[in-house]
Amino acid sequence: MSAPDFQNPLKRARGLGSSQSGVGHWWTQRVTAAALVVLGVWFVATVLCLLHADYATAKAAIAKPWNAVLLIAFSIAVFWHAALGLQVVIEDYVHTRWKEVVSLVLIKFLAVLGALASVLAVLRVALGA
Amino acid sequence: MADTRRPLSPHLQIYKWQVQMVTSILHRATGVALAVGTLMVLWGLLALAGGEASFNQFKVCVGSPVGLVLLFGWSWALFYHLCNGIRHLIQDTGAGYAIPQFVRSSWLSIIVSVLLTAIVWAYVLTMGGAA
Repeated sequence: MSAPDFQNPLKRARGLGSSQSGVGHWWTQRVTAAALVVLGVWFVATVLCLLHADYATAKAAIAKPWNAVLLIAFSIAVFWHAALGLQVVIEDYVHTRWKEVVSLVLIKFLAVLGALASVLAVLRVALGA
Repeated sequence: MADTRRPLSPHLQIYKWQVQMVTSILHRATGVALAVGTLMVLWGLLALAGGEASFNQFKVCVGSPVGLVLLFGWSWALFYHLCNGIRHLIQDTGAGYAIPQFVRSSWLSIIVSVLLTAIVWAYVLTMGGAA
């Protein structure tokens, strides 16, 4: 016999569970992880190819359309994945509520700033502004 | 008196270390380290966008002894987080949870990450060093 069901049907339809955010965090962490498996390997290979590159060579390599696109994708995925991961670490170890909230917001600000700055830097290199 | 065959509570100081604990802790530690390392990637991109002088300065800093040690650490952290991350993605499908498989895949993450780090730095050395 299954356990009695006390859940409101609306609650089930929304599918958000007791955390009020559903599986969004968990799933986004996995999707960015899957993206980073590919993008991370590509990034390491790209850096290794540019091992002794001077400024002009490095700039020309990053300015190539595919490299620029993948580098932007890598930057966004990395900062997103890092923000999600650090969020869990903070939630696990910071037990003073106000410190926890401040850290969580700070991490989000830094991640968004980092991603935006990376994208701008790649665009500047790629578009030669 | 005390029956030593009964299960012991997980008091960390007396808990027998197992490789699954190590891989779990390392995954989180390398994740935090890589989040910091991302700032160096950002620095590199900004330096490249900033022009030749700033890019050369970045290269000098990365090629310095401290820079190389950090780079070496981050390269292993990246490969470890990558290998163990793939292991976690596979486990998310429900596979590999039997204890022998779990232990084996833990060792696999560690060994492959060390191998990849060694291969990459061997390549760097054959190319005449990182600086």
